[in-house]
Amino acid sequence: MASSKPIPGTHIFDGDAARKGYALNALCFSFNDAKNRQAFLDDEEAYCAKFPLTPEQKAAVAERNVLKMMAAGGNIYYLAKLAGIFGLNVQDVGAQQTGMTVDAFKQMLLDQAVGVKETAHG
Amino acid sequence: MAEILGGFFSSHVPAIGGAIARKAQAEPYWSPFFDAWPPVREWLGKVKPTTIVAFYNDHGLNFFLDKMPTFAVGAAPSYANADEGWGLPLFPTVQGHPELSWHIIEQLVEDEFDITTCQEMLCDHALSIPMVLAWPDHAPAPVRVVPITINTVQHPLPSAKRCLALGRSVAKALANWGADERIVVMGTGGLSHQLDGERAGFMNPEYDAFCLDNLSKDPDALTRHSVHEIVELAGTQGVEILNWIAARGAMGQTASEVSRTYHIPISNTAASVLVLETEAGQRAGQAKETAAAA
Repeated sequence: MASSKPIPGTHIFDGDAARKGYALNALCFSFNDAKNRQAFLDDEEAYCAKFPLTPEQKAAVAERNVLKMMAAGGNIYYLAKLAGIFGLNVQDVGAQQTGMTVDAFKQMLLDQAVGVKETAHG
Repeated sequence: MAEILGGFFSSHVPAIGGAIARKAQAEPYWSPFFDAWPPVREWLGKVKPTTIVAFYNDHGLNFFLDKMPTFAVGAAPSYANADEGWGLPLFPTVQGHPELSWHIIEQLVEDEFDITTCQEMLCDHALSIPMVLAWPDHAPAPVRVVPITINTVQHPLPSAKRCLALGRSVAKALANWGADERIVVMGTGGLSHQLDGERAGFMNPEYDAFCLDNLSKDPDALTRHSVHEIVELAGTQGVEILNWIAARGAMGQTASEVSRTYHIPISNTAASVLVLETEAGQRAGQAKETAAAA
């Protein structure tokens, strides 16, 4: 909501983003179908041309740049389907967005367990 | 009359499906999560549900941004899983319960929830994974399911207060469901995690503990935060706690904790598995133990 204070490093996927990102997210949604994933791999440009992507969205996809995709309205649940085509998981995507190596990002996740009371079998 | 026996709650992460496919459950990375499930199965074995009412969010399998219902109730005879984009092996189809779905729909609309009804619906990992963890040896699971999805993807999202009220309306429907059924609710997603943005990797054990401690005894405490505050506290995807809040509402007034697991991290997520039971669930468990002792 416009009146809420921004949360650092956090992008709210709201109506503005949903409108702006519609074509990009539609491209990613199409990758639920294995045939479409293959068509993208076979000829990325031709496949992307089926969706009315903005120049900004086209460039972000070509560069595999997740932050730019988000700035262009991409939603992570859909972008994760695109990332999957390249064999990238959410740690790879997290590392790219935070400017860390994948190992450093994974270690950062593990480090958050330090000092936390883990519970099992209540 | 139907009885509401309790609820189980779990994080849902696509990578859990990958770990199941690779048979990686016993690996050190994964075992803290998979080890949470034997107590859940033991409890399910005691209360023997016939029926599950499941609250979760779709991640772009059944719903796209072309049509995005705030609340949707499945009313289909069955719910198939499908490829979510990663080509993972498909999970078993879940059996539906259209009669109960429509009974819940009637109650929700009477209580002024303007829901979407779905006579065809695919279910993604958010429903499939907890089902297969709860009943790993069954395909399909030996229960009938009413799925209820909450939009946690495209803001504005419904408030925590509204989600709790939705769950309580479902509890009302279940309490006056005339069939002799044994009902367990399920809430999936969370806990704290953030996949996107420069804050990716954010988790918040303190907020998660607040949620876990209050869900049973004072779920209204979780509704005092706005959605924006929950995003700040739990992360952009940690807002899936809304599913747990709604599921807790569907259990009715009282709930006590049976088992709880909390582990960091599974994928990018603070993972938790929780079982709560109602007084009816406690009685069912005691009856089973008495019978076993006799």
